[in-house]
Amino acid sequence: MAGAASALFLLDIKGRVLVWRDYRGDVSAVQAERFFTKLIEKDGDPESQNPVVYDNGVTYMFIQHNNVYLMIASRQNCNASSLLLFLHRVVDVFKHYFEELEEESLRDNFVVVYELLDEMMDFGYPQYTEAKILSEFIKTDAYRMEVTQRPPMAVTNAVSWRSEGIRYKKNEVFLDVVESVNILVNSNGQIIRSDVVGALKMRTYLSGMPECKLGLNDRVLLEAQGRSTKGKAIDLDDIKFHQCVRLARFENDRTISFIPPDGSFDLMTYRLSTQVKPLIWVEAQVERHSRSRIELMVKARSQFKERSTATNVEIELPVPSDATNPNIRTSMGSASYAPENDALLWKIKSFPGGKEYMLRAEFSLPSITAEEATPEKKAPIRVKFEIPYFTVSGIQVRYLKIIEKSGYQALPWVRYITMAGEYELRLI
Amino acid sequence: MSGHDSKYFSTTKKGEIPELKDELNSQYKDKKKDAVKKVIAAMTVGKDVSSLFTDVVNCMQTENLELKKLVYLYLINYAKSQPDLAILAVNTFVKDSQDPNPLIRALAVRTMGCIRVDKITEYLCDPLQRCLKDDDPYVRKTAAICVAKLYDINAELVEDRGFLDTLKDLISDNNPMVVANAVAALAEIQESSSRPIFEVTSHTLSKLLTALNECTEWGQVFILDALSKYKAADAREAENIVERVTPRLQHANCAVVLSAVKMILQQMELIISTDVVRNLCKKMAPPLVTLLSAEPEIQYVALRNINLIVQKRPTILAHEIKVFFCKYNDPIYVKMEKLEIMIKLASDRNIDQVLLEFKEYATEVDVDFVRKAVRAIGRCAIKLERAAERCISVLLELIKIKVNYVVQEAIIVIKDIFRRYPNTYESIIATLCESLDTLDEPEAKASMIWIIGEYAERIDNADELLESFLESFPEEPPLVQLQLLTATVKLFLKKPTEGPQQMIQVVLNNATVETDNPDLRDRAYIYWRLLSTDPEAAKDVVLAEKPVISDDSNQLDSSLLDELLANIATLASVYHKPPDAFVTRAKSAVQRPEEEEYPDGSETGYSETPSHATDAVPSASGSASAAPTRQVPVSPPPAAAPVPDLLGDLIGLDGALVPVEEPMTPSRPPLPVLLPASTGQGLQISAQLVRRDGQIFYSMLFENNSQVPLDGFMIQFNKNTFGLAPSSPLQVPQLLPGSSAMALLPMAMFQHVFSGPPSTLLQVAIKNNQQPVWYFNDKLSLHIFFTEDGKMERANFLETWKSLPDSNEISKDFPTHVIKSMDATIEHLAASNVFFIAKRRNMNQEVLYLSAKGPRGIPFLIEITAVVGTPGVKCAVKTPNPEMVPLFFEGVDALLK
Repeated sequence: MAGAASALFLLDIKGRVLVWRDYRGDVSAVQAERFFTKLIEKDGDPESQNPVVYDNGVTYMFIQHNNVYLMIASRQNCNASSLLLFLHRVVDVFKHYFEELEEESLRDNFVVVYELLDEMMDFGYPQYTEAKILSEFIKTDAYRMEVTQRPPMAVTNAVSWRSEGIRYKKNEVFLDVVESVNILVNSNGQIIRSDVVGALKMRTYLSGMPECKLGLNDRVLLEAQGRSTKGKAIDLDDIKFHQCVRLARFENDRTISFIPPDGSFDLMTYRLSTQVKPLIWVEAQVERHSRSRIELMVKARSQFKERSTATNVEIELPVPSDATNPNIRTSMGSASYAPENDALLWKIKSFPGGKEYMLRAEFSLPSITAEEATPEKKAPIRVKFEIPYFTVSGIQVRYLKIIEKSGYQALPWVRYITMAGEYELRLI
Repeated sequence: MSGHDSKYFSTTKKGEIPELKDELNSQYKDKKKDAVKKVIAAMTVGKDVSSLFTDVVNCMQTENLELKKLVYLYLINYAKSQPDLAILAVNTFVKDSQDPNPLIRALAVRTMGCIRVDKITEYLCDPLQRCLKDDDPYVRKTAAICVAKLYDINAELVEDRGFLDTLKDLISDNNPMVVANAVAALAEIQESSSRPIFEVTSHTLSKLLTALNECTEWGQVFILDALSKYKAADAREAENIVERVTPRLQHANCAVVLSAVKMILQQMELIISTDVVRNLCKKMAPPLVTLLSAEPEIQYVALRNINLIVQKRPTILAHEIKVFFCKYNDPIYVKMEKLEIMIKLASDRNIDQVLLEFKEYATEVDVDFVRKAVRAIGRCAIKLERAAERCISVLLELIKIKVNYVVQEAIIVIKDIFRRYPNTYESIIATLCESLDTLDEPEAKASMIWIIGEYAERIDNADELLESFLESFPEEPPLVQLQLLTATVKLFLKKPTEGPQQMIQVVLNNATVETDNPDLRDRAYIYWRLLSTDPEAAKDVVLAEKPVISDDSNQLDSSLLDELLANIATLASVYHKPPDAFVTRAKSAVQRPEEEEYPDGSETGYSETPSHATDAVPSASGSASAAPTRQVPVSPPPAAAPVPDLLGDLIGLDGALVPVEEPMTPSRPPLPVLLPASTGQGLQISAQLVRRDGQIFYSMLFENNSQVPLDGFMIQFNKNTFGLAPSSPLQVPQLLPGSSAMALLPMAMFQHVFSGPPSTLLQVAIKNNQQPVWYFNDKLSLHIFFTEDGKMERANFLETWKSLPDSNEISKDFPTHVIKSMDATIEHLAASNVFFIAKRRNMNQEVLYLSAKGPRGIPFLIEITAVVGTPGVKCAVKTPNPEMVPLFFEGVDALLK
């Protein structure tokens, strides 16, 4: 099962090589370029869009970011998930270095790009992708003055994500609990899929090597400790932890203990597949009056408690691509026609719980239609919103203990917010 | 932190190289560094700056780490083209490998390992030895990988210098990153070696499982992948392993999760307790579902793997079908895979919901996705008997939308549903007939015609319907013509009235006299004969009951499935093909850059149309999407005809009409089947290497048992010991369903020679425009290569025999072979260019001396000893190239049989 990458290519939007690093000398740039330019020429063919393609003994795996393709070529039976994920991490590292990864930033920094490619992967095996630590010993021009005497300990340490000797005057931790609600409602108004994906996003400004321990109102943990769990405890379906969390310990006694990286990172993500009532419900009636006029009547209802308020609500309503002359009225917020997306965008800044708002819109349609009617693109209604100080799951951070040998006090700040993820309601 | 390196790209004047040369030799450090950057910039855009080699290498001795890295990078690129100059760098490399700064030590070893120049490699050994025992883990982890690099260049050197043992020691290193890299290196070395080098024992297992907790996410993947090969001794050990691996399912890195799933599934095979297994299945479901929130490319890999996992253990995700419902913004490749899994998970319990989804998809805009959704409905109907009726009503609703391609696709699947449930749903035929005139795709047309023919007795105006097609008969594609022919015959047999009688005249006339299509003509003649000799027999044949088709949405056979599951997360699991189908053997795959510039278009190969090959090759979703429909034999196979006197004629006809390049004498044994029709989606290929008039040919027989005409055949051979490759393109005419064709492909030797030890393996890839690429293995029999001028004079024979050292004489016994008559054997061998020299008797034994001349003029002097009529033949051979002897004996083995 051993297998590794032969080479890593950074290509422009037309598939031409910008920078590449040859790891094994068995795939040439000419060969890869020739193949890839052909591949992106013929889009439309569904199989040519697969991110893993085979040609002439070589497998190519690629992702796209802005106007750059990142591609790995291999002649072996390599680990596809690991290498594709690695490409995404390469994007993260480049973004950390150059703010944005695009053709220009690669050209402007090709020396560092080569250095990074040399450090992140060796002989086709992913090695190290912690941007923060990498930037301690691979530096861009402005910071090159001092001579690096050795790689940071972190590179090979068990704690590979944090360097020693970090100092802050004020030790603080910010913890944001962000829940995204994904929902799919079919044209009969039935909820066919709903889940909540939560993330504990942390920003740490802590000195030294702090030991952290996080307590949640996790039912399994509370029950194990023999505490009462009436009403407050929650069940999390699948939890994923940042690599700093000791997984074996969690498996044993559900304790979340870790030495955090410096700065911001996702400590954990979780998923809840219990059915939730859609927080914002949208009903749309579309009426085609004669051939030349279409009328939309839309009702949006907030289905959460009155004490919470959704902010920045955006409801994207699909309209026929040949609609013109919009005439729109709303009972709240503002609506604008976005012909580039074939949509009507209804924005409501503040939407308190238990309220209902209306929108009416009328469009003209061309009276002549093509004879062979191709099916209309059936986009769903999509909704975006944020509800601060509220979580669907009811998750609570019970404590976040921070212990460092110097004994400083650090204060954790916790915020909760719920937002719409992939929130789709299919039209009739 | 943005740079301004783009300025280095801008100097593209004519005098660039001399200018750079000056700057490289400048005494000012900054100017020097800028010059090297310009060189690297030029290299990046593909300019050849190898002529600056000496000047760049002169910059290597520097305190400046950045400059050093750039020079190293240059060396990696150009050392190969300047091997003699590369030696200049060795001193600095060796010095750097002892630098006080571990970054530089590691850099030196890492770079040296990337330079594939023998002279450099020799000097690598000592620094590598030191670095493997370096105090700094960063250096050790780099050195560990370097051993794998060196093994790739010169395996012997690695073994001689004892690097393997040092590497194995690193498994017990106290640094987890070093351990992980050592495991990766050892696993790779093991892959390309036939000897056991790295075998996980229970001791290393426990050590590695401990390291798992501490190493980087990538290191965890190396370790899990290496450990997944470990076979636990018993159920208890398996349970212990699983217990230590399950925490990995909580890792944020999807690759770690998938590798952990692989390992758990492997160990589960051994676990007997159903409770434990059930519990594990329960534990694996949520992480698998979560993979679907990853980046779309990762989702794709995950979905291809989940496809395998649900085939093996359907219960894991039985209740999770909803998570595979397509989102509006999913990329098409994700949607296609989700659909495939939805079909697999569809059950009586969830079919209503699934059908609603399929119906929704069938009204989307992406045509391929829509078609697949319609087919999915058909596959569910075939799979779930109780849901068939609901599936049909959804299909009928879709037909009513009157979107052309939806209607056509629906009719194709309805035909399959009729095959699966005969005499059940014919009431809908009237609705189908309404859309008759909108059909313009051959497959849909053919399906509709099949339906009309099959149910002619229930369709009042069947004759009118068929007649409407008959007018355009000559213009129809072969698939439709064949169906029309059969359907008309069916109609006639069912309703032998005047109308059909006239129609059959027209059709038979069109299909015999007016056509050039041998397939159609064959079938028409058979029908004609059948109808004129014995109409009752014709009924038995044409209206025979058809075998019921079944759903094949779990199409992988269990041994392949197990192999793929052992390869979860790897490319094999993405392609659903075993690794050797796309990896050209671990070792030989490593081609050096200069060989690797493909011999473009020198043969039939895909190199001219690489993009074309792509969508076919391991055909990620291609094979999976080949719905059950394709296997439906629409007309009864003629071979089953119970009319014996026809058969003789049939074969005669066959021979006359099928394009045959080489007259097939019936006495010649049939060619061995290399690609059975069952694996080739109906395409069967038999082939053998033959020698005719001093020239080697690949004699091939293609038989198309599928339902679609196949054309555009191309062939390619992998590198092989004798570099055998086609000397002209493969010419196979379009193969209509049910027909066959012979081809004699002239071969040339020493085209792409595989440089490894001699082997008889000949890997062949064949593709056509309709199917994925087929791979199969053939054998190179050495006797094919014996040349006609291999006969030696007696004196010459004796002299050569004496001149070769005795160590070159190798003998082998063939205990089961019998020589019945010496003369017949001599004659038989002479036919294969093994020439008789002399014969003598020793006691009751006969001793034959023969000679042959192999490829590249290698002589073989042969002594065969046997007792006539008694089993047991001894064969001794002397040749200057003893490494060929094993192949020679394989050839002899075949010849004496």
